[in-house]
Amino acid sequence: MATIKQLSIFVENKDGWLADILEIVAGAGADLRALSIADTKSFGVLHIIVDKPEAAEEALTKAGCIVRENDVLSITVADKPGAFAAALRKLADAGISVEYTYAFVGHEPGQAYVILRVDDNEKAERVLG
Amino acid sequence: MGNYYQAEWETAPVEKMREHQGKLLKEQVAHTYKNVAYYRDLMDKAGVAPEDIQSVDDLHKLPFLTKDDLREAYPYGLLAVPLADCVRIQSTSGTTGRRVVAFYTQNDIDLWDECCARAIVAAGGTKEDVVHVSYGYGLFTGGPGLNGGSHKVGSLTLPMSSGNTERQIQFMTDLGSTILCCTPSYAAFLAESIKEMGLRDKIKLKAGIFGAEAWSEEMRRHIEKELGIRAFDIYGLTEISGPGVSFECEEQTGMHINEDHFIPEIINPNTGEVLPLGEKGELVFTSISKKAFPLLRYRTRDICVLSREKCSCGRTLIKMAKPMGRSDDMLIIRGVNVFPSQIETVLLSSGFEANYQLVVDRVNFSDTLEVKVELTPDMFSDTVSVIESKENEVVHKLKSVLGIQANVTLVAPKSIARSEGKAVRIIDNRAGKI
Ligand SMILES: [Zn+2]
Repeated sequence: MATIKQLSIFVENKDGWLADILEIVAGAGADLRALSIADTKSFGVLHIIVDKPEAAEEALTKAGCIVRENDVLSITVADKPGAFAAALRKLADAGISVEYTYAFVGHEPGQAYVILRVDDNEKAERVLG
Repeated sequence: MGNYYQAEWETAPVEKMREHQGKLLKEQVAHTYKNVAYYRDLMDKAGVAPEDIQSVDDLHKLPFLTKDDLREAYPYGLLAVPLADCVRIQSTSGTTGRRVVAFYTQNDIDLWDECCARAIVAAGGTKEDVVHVSYGYGLFTGGPGLNGGSHKVGSLTLPMSSGNTERQIQFMTDLGSTILCCTPSYAAFLAESIKEMGLRDKIKLKAGIFGAEAWSEEMRRHIEKELGIRAFDIYGLTEISGPGVSFECEEQTGMHINEDHFIPEIINPNTGEVLPLGEKGELVFTSISKKAFPLLRYRTRDICVLSREKCSCGRTLIKMAKPMGRSDDMLIIRGVNVFPSQIETVLLSSGFEANYQLVVDRVNFSDTLEVKVELTPDMFSDTVSVIESKENEVVHKLKSVLGIQANVTLVAPKSIARSEGKAVRIIDNRAGKI
């Protein structure tokens, strides 16, 4: 488990925006590791994990995007039934609320990672220890 | 007590003013009746002769003029002097249909400039000031009016016109502009640009004179804070001369009307009946001093209130409240009157900046209103529900202020076109749709 930097970007619901943003990220030399989109009728928030968050953030801000960087938890989920559910149960029992979560595939085969955005990172790290 | 440009008129006793108005009104009616066939016909039809107008008390007998009359009489139908005596035209910014063209003699221009000079002096202007005019120059009256006023005061005038924001800010810092004259939306835009360029402590502005658009108290406070100035309102219409028909003093509680040139009335917009002082209704002006294009009882379509309460600045000129908005800007959505300024107030009070656009459409036989507003970086959160709750807050506030449901769409910063003259805030797509 680790605390990693996530970038969140405000996006309007119009065609082509995802390509635009990913091009800016690529142009900054940052490699995309994970991506998730939360959207509503009128707007969306794109979450990305990249290997060079500072460079990507700078390029996006320069391009006029609203970007926010924050810490999220990245946990390795073992390849067996109920492993992630058990982790979520521990957090719930400790009174930690999960704002959102998304998964991504790691470099090693058979490994999956889950990104967790919780209201208290430190406490969550202790609980999941 | 404040500083005056023409104390004799700005602080004249009410009786002296009324007598002056009566004398000029009588002359103006005779002049118009003799030289303007279009208005003579209106008077004849109404059964009013020039002799019937002896004082301000008789004003109500005269027929009204509307914008439709001005379009109908385009271009020379309301001209009251030989064209050879005119030195200038100005024209209203194009809405649909024919433009309105107003004519001026040299003396008309001088009187107009004096009205603008009063506004500059009321905002604290003196010959020591550097007046930065970012209103458009050309057919639009904003630039020429404040430019002329600044000359009369003797201030150093920077005829910047609108546009080229970087150059505006460069002159502002290099030449030490102290008074900014432009539309409120452009002032807000300049403030934002100055902040971005990190030049806030390099500007010497102390006051701004902002008009030609409806703007709210919230926007005033926003501009005052962002630029570190006092922001004064100014009002005028091209038909009546241009900016300077009325102007704000340091009390900032309404605009003093230059009554020695323009007689105001408030009427019931439906019946045309003159309303008592203090009642809300449509503002009507009679221009009594300018000669080329004299308008008698011109209906402005602005809804406002007049007040004669004593002003701490010492001026005795009657005051008009900030109009709720030109009825040209007024939208009728599902039968409800909506002024963009009401929406602006809600947005600014919710922490947004004045970067918004209103899109009106007709879907399934019913009007829709979409308020597009730029999200500010402070409001952004990585959690969608936090942003959604901001959106809902605005929807609820709009509903309570307007009485109708509006859809709020948050858009990215700088995605709404910035105005360098009048803001294009309204997009009405309803034409031709049932
Ligand atoms: Zn006053």
